[in-house]
Formats: sequence, C-alpha cells, structure tokens
Amino acid sequence: MNRFIAQGKTPLAAHVSTDGMTMWSVKEKLLLGLTPKEYVAQAIRNPLNWLFAVIFIFGGAITVGRFIFGLSYVTHSSYDYPWGLFLGWGLFVMVPLSASGFMLGTTVEVFGRHDFKPIERLALLNGLLGYLFAVIFLQVDLGQPWRLIYPMFVSLGPAAVLFLVAWHVATYLSVQVAELLPAFAEWVNWPGLKKTVKSMILGLTISGIILSTLHQGALGALFTYAPGKVHPLWISAPFQWFHFFCSSIFAGLCMLIVVSTLCKKFMAWRCDDNFLNNLDRLTLGLAKGSALALITYLVIKIIGVAHDGDWGYLASGWGQWFMLEMFIGVILPIILFTIAIKNNMVGLARFTAFITVLGIALNRLNTALITFNWKLYQEIPHWREVVIVITIYSLFIVTYRFILYRLPILYTWKK
Amino acid sequence: MNELSRRKFLKGGLAGGAMVSLLGKSSKSEAAPSFGGYPDSMGVLVDLTRCVGCRSCEAACNKEQGLPAPDLPFDDMSVLEEKRRTSEGAYTVVNKYEIPGKDHPLYRKMQCNHCNEPACLTSCFVNAYRKTPEGAVMYDPTVCVGCRTCMIACPFYVPAYSYSSVLNPVIKKCIFCYETRLKFGRPPACVEACPKEVLTFGKRTNLLKIAHDRIRNYPDKYVDQVYGEKEVGGTAWMYLSSAPFEEVGFDTHLGNDPIINYVKEFLTVVPMVLTIWPALFAGFHLLATRKDVQNKENSAGK
Repeated sequence: MNRFIAQGKTPLAAHVSTDGMTMWSVKEKLLLGLTPKEYVAQAIRNPLNWLFAVIFIFGGAITVGRFIFGLSYVTHSSYDYPWGLFLGWGLFVMVPLSASGFMLGTTVEVFGRHDFKPIERLALLNGLLGYLFAVIFLQVDLGQPWRLIYPMFVSLGPAAVLFLVAWHVATYLSVQVAELLPAFAEWVNWPGLKKTVKSMILGLTISGIILSTLHQGALGALFTYAPGKVHPLWISAPFQWFHFFCSSIFAGLCMLIVVSTLCKKFMAWRCDDNFLNNLDRLTLGLAKGSALALITYLVIKIIGVAHDGDWGYLASGWGQWFMLEMFIGVILPIILFTIAIKNNMVGLARFTAFITVLGIALNRLNTALITFNWKLYQEIPHWREVVIVITIYSLFIVTYRFILYRLPILYTWKK
Repeated sequence: MNELSRRKFLKGGLAGGAMVSLLGKSSKSEAAPSFGGYPDSMGVLVDLTRCVGCRSCEAACNKEQGLPAPDLPFDDMSVLEEKRRTSEGAYTVVNKYEIPGKDHPLYRKMQCNHCNEPACLTSCFVNAYRKTPEGAVMYDPTVCVGCRTCMIACPFYVPAYSYSSVLNPVIKKCIFCYETRLKFGRPPACVEACPKEVLTFGKRTNLLKIAHDRIRNYPDKYVDQVYGEKEVGGTAWMYLSSAPFEEVGFDTHLGNDPIINYVKEFLTVVPMVLTIWPALFAGFHLLATRKDVQNKENSAGK
C-alpha cells in the first residue's frame, strides 16, 4: 500500500473521489479505491499473506477434519481434561483481552473523557472481534455446535454460571455491533442509522458495563465448580469472579495498546493525523488506567491467598510458578508502567503492555489447563488442536485487518 | 465534648450494625438450608472389605446398559494391574489397591455416586440433568450441547464423553439402572450380580444405619468413616473400608459442602450488579459531564 501512496494514490476515505467528481461504489470502497489488479498486487507483495495462505491451507484442512471426523480426531478425547486449548485460549484468554470495548466505551461515553475518542472505535472493534472469535472457538469445541441456541430457547438452565455467560456474550455481541454501527453507517453512507445509534449510546454503554462485569466474572466463577481441581493458588471461591473481572480491565487496556502499536507501525497509511498524533498521549493514559487496575488486582490476589490460608503453597513448586506469574504479569508491569508514566516513555509503556498481555494469557491458561487437575497428571494438547487454534487466530487477524483497512476506525471519514 | 460524643455514637452505631449483619447472616443460613436429598431416596453401600475384584459388576453393567464388548473379557484380571476410570464404554470399573502392611489388596468399585446435590446438575446450562426422588442422577442426551462443564464440575471424575461420535456425542455415565430397574424399586444390575454381597441396596437412611452398625460391631475391621455420608453434601453410593480412604483412591479433601455452595458467592453478585450498576454509572455520567451541561446552560443564557 505504501508503494501506491508513493505513486500518488490516496487510500479511500470519503464517498466522493479526491477530484470531487465521482461517487465511489461499494466495490471501489471494498478495493480501497484501487483497481482489482492493483489490489491483488499489493496483497501478493505482503509476505504476511503468504504465511496466512500456508496456515489456511494446512490448518483449514484440519479444521474441516474436526467436523468430519469428530473431536477425537483433533484432541486427546480426554475425560479428565474436558476443556483444552479451544476454550483455554479461545474463550478464557480471548475474552479478557477483548475487554477494551467496554473500558473505552465507559471512559468516553460515561465518564465524558472525549479526549480518548481517537482510539475508542479501535477499542470497540477489538472487543467485538474478540468476542465473535471466542464464539467461533466455542463452536469448534462444542460437541454439538448446532445446538448453540439450546440454552436460549430450547432447554434453559438459568441457575448455571455458563447460562449467564451464554446469554451475556450473546447480548454483549449485539451491543458491540450496535456500538460500531456508526462506523459502518459512515462507510455505506446511511446517516440515519448513525443518528439512531448515537441517541442510545449511553444506554448501550451502560448495558455493556453490566454485561461485561458479569460475564468476565462468570468466566472465573466457572472454575468455582471445580474447587478441588484447580490449584488453590489459582482459585479462591469468594474472589474468583473479581480476580477475573479486575484482571480483564488491564488485559483489555493493554491489548488495546498492543493493537494500536501494531496499527501505527504496519498500517500508518490507514491512520489519520488525529489518530497518529494523539496515540502517544493516549497510550500513556491507557497505561495509567492499567497500572491502577494492576495494583487493585495485586492487592485482591494477596487477599485471596490470605483469606484461603494458602501461604504454605507458596513454598512448593506450584507456588514458585505462581510467584513467577505474579511477578512477570503483575508486579513487573506495575513498576515499568510507573516508570513509563513518570518519565513520559511511550516505548516502555508499549513494551510493558505486551508483557502484561502475555501475563494475563499465562494466568488464564494456568487456571484452565496447566494447574487444572494438579493432583493428577499433566496433559499436553494434541498437535492438531494447536494447529486449529493458530488457524482460527489467523482468521481473526485477517478479519481484523480487513475491517481496519476499510471502516473509519483508525481514520475519520471525510464528509 | 460534642465531638467526642459524636464519635461514641458512631462507634456504637458501627458495633450495632455489625451485630445486625452477623445475626442477619445466621438467620439467613437457617432459612435456606442446603438440600439434603430426597427423604426416601435409595442408595448402595459398598463394603470394600468384602470385594475380591471379580469384576462381575462390570460385566453385569455392560450387559444391562448394552455397552460395547471390552477389549479384554471380564474374567481377564490383568486389567486390574493399572488404574482405570469410568469411560464411554464402562460405567463402572474396579481398581486394585495394594495397602502397605496388609497381606491382601483392596478393591474399589467406582461409578457415578449419585450425589444429593449433584455438581453436574447444578453446572448444566441446558438443564440436561435431574435428580429423581428415587435417588438417580439422570442425563438427557437430547438437549445436551456438549460443553462438558459437568465433567469439569464432577468432583469424582465420573462423566465420560463419546468424543468419537461426530453427529451425536453425548455424556456417558452410570444412571443407577433407573429406566430398567430403579424406577420399579429393583436394585441395579451390578448389585444383583455381586457374589460376595459387597453391595447393599436400600434406602439411603437405612444404609447409613447399617454402615454405622458395622463400624460399631467391628471397630478393628473398619475405618470409622462412611465415605459418601457427608462428602460434597452426601451421595447415594457410600463406602466402608478397612484402610484409610485416601489409600484406596478416594479424594478425602472434597469437604462436606455441595459444589454449588462454592458458586453461590458469585450467583449472589449477579442481581446486585444488574440492579446497582445502571444507577451507579448513570450517576457517574451525570457527575462527569456536569461541567459540559453548565457550560451549555451558561452559553445559552448569554
């Protein structure tokens, strides 16, 4: 794309062409104002696309195999580890990293911090796609995915935590679609739609907070069904929901820092000055929020250990693993974020956000897989399971990029 | 002086409030006791001291439930050399445990324990499980989505899943022979097949009496515990053993609370968030944007 810009082309960002003569058609909008030939040329030039092609051919075949030959083809069919990487990664890691949507929605719409506006839509998109793909991961994992709507309409078990997760994720997905409709409305030129959504944005945002508080917490509460199976350091029945909810706050904010950094670095042509010039300042703002949430999380984690009287476990091998997770994922980020904020070091804040994302992923995998069944044996996921996770995550990235290229997320639509 | 008395008043108020909250809590826990099980539900008492590991119960279960033939026949005792668990092809299995200081091993039959307050039932989001008044924990495969949370929740690692099925994978577990026997008041197939009277079928309350009588009459023979009497809220299947239960493969750290009690703390948060959050955050919004509103009014006034 940079090459075309050098040749004097501008990426499409308005309904009419730069000379003001022609209205762009949807096809031209989809092709970013390039001719089909030019579009294919830039796609082929991108080495990342070649990597994706390999992943989709190989991983796609295995993913299809899962639906033809069943779960036993791609997993160990374990009775002791009924949840593997599909949920361990796809649900328990993806969902907290997608908390950015409700965090920035709250910041901008509820708290009135309109200075965060340049990054709000990116946060919303990150949330929407994260949830969407969490559902796709779930569909790969469910034994009978065609029964996904059963808990909604066919046979209801309203006292179960998963019932709440199902309903909330479904409702929240539609809330997020609604929150992003203005961007879509600008792109297809339906001003009426944008106006309608704008009028109910406060209600949407507050319902987003409610739904997020509950389902982020509920993902933690799911493990309170197995108080004896997860290692005591990773489970604390009264606090589990709050541990998961609180950590989702900085997980979402840090993921947003990571994604915005990638956009700035690899997609600068698509960002406008409003985004690029504000990003450093906003990154530090997000870092500040993350640091506050991290400190809260650290305190409530310590309270959790104290409440359950788990100090003795700290000396064991599991305890050292726990302290390593806490150090890399919580304490180190608090220190580094503080230094970064005090000294205006945006690069350090970005690096720290990256570590924090890894830390939260480690925490969720520890809870769902690594310390699960700590009294039994350890199970390494089947290689096909890993391949499918990589394939679907790649699909997530490609979809993400497809939307960022087109909709006014990183740039402002010109009237 | 005035200041001091106010402080005293506050202290008194706080203490009173704490008392009320304590009392409130205790009266609440009396008002909503946990479900102790149906009064006339049936159960089975397993006396490990009598079991010789002949696997007749496994064979009977296999036949009664129409399960696939096993790789090795039921009279092949070599399978006892490794620890097995229940699976989609075997709803009950017998494992052998060498007990240090004892000249003969102990055998332990395992199957679904049919809890009074089953974790599988309370964790299921499509209500696929039910506890019948007779005591069986039943599963309805026609509504199961296959999330496998019940397998996560079961503290005894009992439910298995038919992963190999593409179109209709379902949970597989012991159903207390409910449809063919228990419903009509008859004991399950394994109980009937046992040649050593290891398994006693009866009302759970009566079984508990029998169990405690045996312990009282033969205190040297039994450990003074009926496993399943209190564990995770009590189970329909209960065990007597001559060796400490942890030496025969039982998890003795499960506690006496039903699993749902650990989840209740979160479930009580749900209505609070649903009702408090909207007002709270709408309030935050009004506070945070009050300056904008004032500015607008001022500029409108000018």
